[in-house]
Amino acid sequence: MKPLLFLGLLFWGTTITAQDIPFIKKAQLEHWLNADTDTVYVLNFWASWCGPCVAELPAFEKLNQKYASQNVKVVLISTDFKRNVDSKLKPFIKRKNLQSQVMFMDEPNPNVWVNLISPEWSGAIPATLIIAKQKGKRLFFEEQMTFQELEEKLRSVL
Amino acid sequence: MKKTFAFSPVKIFMTAALLLTAAVTMSFSLQNVGGGYKIGDTAQDFNLKNVNGKNVSLAGIKNAKGYIVIFTCNHCPYAKAYEQRIIELHQKYAPLGFSVVAINSNDKDVQPADSFDNMKKLAKQKKYPFPYLYDESQEVAKTFGATRTPHVYVLDKDRVVRYIGAIDDNSEDPGLAKEKYVGSAVEALLGGQEVAVKETKAIGCGIKWKKS
Repeated sequence: MKPLLFLGLLFWGTTITAQDIPFIKKAQLEHWLNADTDTVYVLNFWASWCGPCVAELPAFEKLNQKYASQNVKVVLISTDFKRNVDSKLKPFIKRKNLQSQVMFMDEPNPNVWVNLISPEWSGAIPATLIIAKQKGKRLFFEEQMTFQELEEKLRSVL
Repeated sequence: MKKTFAFSPVKIFMTAALLLTAAVTMSFSLQNVGGGYKIGDTAQDFNLKNVNGKNVSLAGIKNAKGYIVIFTCNHCPYAKAYEQRIIELHQKYAPLGFSVVAINSNDKDVQPADSFDNMKKLAKQKKYPFPYLYDESQEVAKTFGATRTPHVYVLDKDRVVRYIGAIDDNSEDPGLAKEKYVGSAVEALLGGQEVAVKETKAIGCGIKWKKS
């Protein structure tokens, strides 16, 4: 048992320095969409190789930092290929030192979840959904956004 | 004498207001058309430059029973993941009357990898057996309502849109794809049947629109 425990601690130690990336399914999206909470979620769909997505990441990082104390949670949901999670996505997150929570969308068929996010969404990335459950509001954007645009939209639902 | 009503200022004003309302309504409905095709719409033909330098239109494709129009590009990993599958679609269905017509609408200034020269290189390297067309003005993508790559429109022989969406249900791994949406749509049309799954969504790279 002891060597296993040691190994476990070793891995636990590494996940503190590099961000752990939870794999999520459609059910997690449903949870965010339906949970009765005063947390405002900003869900950004992106991929590490997507130019416009990478270009807007600093805006999300800034938003996350600035509004964390106001119950706003930014989640960067990666739609990278699964085989690239370890080889590309994780090194990318480390290199960019991303502080916002990154999760991996572990559903091979987007057709089962894209419409959940918004029937308006064609599936092109980047795309962003702001969910303010208590205000009963959802704002969806299928475009690259600046910090000013994001902040303005967020403030309209706070 | 009774005052004639025909040229009263009120009537002129009301007529003008009516005309204005009509004009506004019309411009709104025109905008809706710009929102792209829906299932059942008849697609306009186009005439675009192919990688071999010759222009291609749908009407110019001989003995067509329909068309598999695919908005794709050179650089996008999702598009790359489908390159071989698009070739296979063409090899399987072109002899039956459904040719693949691939279109790249990305702006080369936004994404230099998607320039016409790079299209030619890719088509040569992959030995594309289908036309790979350059939608330099982006008008065709706008008219269709294409937003991402790959984004597929299956048209019947009268250019009526019968399917819009993904090629299949697993972009990363063709071996794990269970639903072959485009294949099924084409098979249905070949058999004179209604297409069962008419619309699907997939994650793709946004089309790189020109910076205004």
